[in-house]
Amino acid sequence: MAAHMSFKDRNLLAVIGDEDSITGLLLAGIGHVNEHQKKNFLIVDSKTQISTIEAAFQEFTERKDVAILLINQHIAEKIRPTVDRYQQAFPTLLEIPSKDHAYDPEKDSVLKRVHKLFGE
Amino acid sequence: MSGAGPRENVFATRMALTNMKLRLKGAETGHSLLAKKRDALTTRFRAILRKVDEAKRKMGRVMQLASFSMAEVTYATGDISYLVQEQAKLATFRVKATQENVSGVLLPAFEVDRVPGSDFNLTGLGRGGQQVLRAKEVYAKALETLVELASLQTAFTILDEVIRATNRRVNAIEHVIIPRLENTIKYIISELDEMDREEFFRLKKVQGKKKREAAGAAERKAITDAVEVLQVRETEPRNDPRDATADLLKSNDEDVIF
Repeated sequence: MAAHMSFKDRNLLAVIGDEDSITGLLLAGIGHVNEHQKKNFLIVDSKTQISTIEAAFQEFTERKDVAILLINQHIAEKIRPTVDRYQQAFPTLLEIPSKDHAYDPEKDSVLKRVHKLFGE
Repeated sequence: MSGAGPRENVFATRMALTNMKLRLKGAETGHSLLAKKRDALTTRFRAILRKVDEAKRKMGRVMQLASFSMAEVTYATGDISYLVQEQAKLATFRVKATQENVSGVLLPAFEVDRVPGSDFNLTGLGRGGQQVLRAKEVYAKALETLVELASLQTAFTILDEVIRATNRRVNAIEHVIIPRLENTIKYIISELDEMDREEFFRLKKVQGKKKREAAGAAERKAITDAVEVLQVRETEPRNDPRDATADLLKSNDEDVIF
């Protein structure tokens, strides 16, 4: 509940995704580099380590200026346990599909929780 | 907690009883209000749930479209990803958060906030300029859908927490506070009754004793009176000349003043 006060300053979107998704989203204008030269996006390809992804996830969720965190679903699969444990209200975590992997509602952690609550 | 379980530690007085009754009434009102709040929130929760489900599926489709337009760009212009990454300095697409009050809960909502900034120099992109612009718009639209979805999801998470907390309070009042107060009230009433009985008993005993004492005193008085009467009759001067002089002193005659 204490997070309510802090979200007034949150106005950025962060992305963890593959190159194509990131390019498109950056084209729309969400890319940001802050004063510490920290970007708000992480490009993940087949060579990226899982620990790097996890570290970026932690970093983005702890930043105070990030309101929404977008992550490609197939990348979320790689760090599924971390994503499933994520319970904070801010920043909001959204799983988006990528060019090669269509959106699968079964795997979405938020929807999974929803279905568990209502047994649908 | 079982039936005649714990109660509060109070001195059994009538004032304590009134206090307990007031508190019980307060607890019952609180309980019904919280239950109503919980039900209202749950209804709102289910509505949001349905919207979230729909929005997620829509988002899937929208992102798919966006990827297609991106593919077109790559086809027309070649790979622009490096260029785009280099140019990302200040976000022009941001979100603003506003708060809505929903039956007592402050829920955040995100709105798209376009900040004027360094829009991309589309130099170096050659023939694909138009495609790039189009892709940009498609992605912007996609982002708007995503922002809506994010608002719904945040509302959903916060409501979930609040419903859980309210439920806990309702249960606490129902299963802990109200039974305790009821037990305390029963205890006080039983103590007061017993004190009344003791008072009554004591009163009766004292009355009985008083009656017995009064009866005893009356009896003794009656006896003393009877004795006196007898004595007086004995010592009364008889009309007997022989005894006249001797008994003059003994008689209680007022006129004899020795």
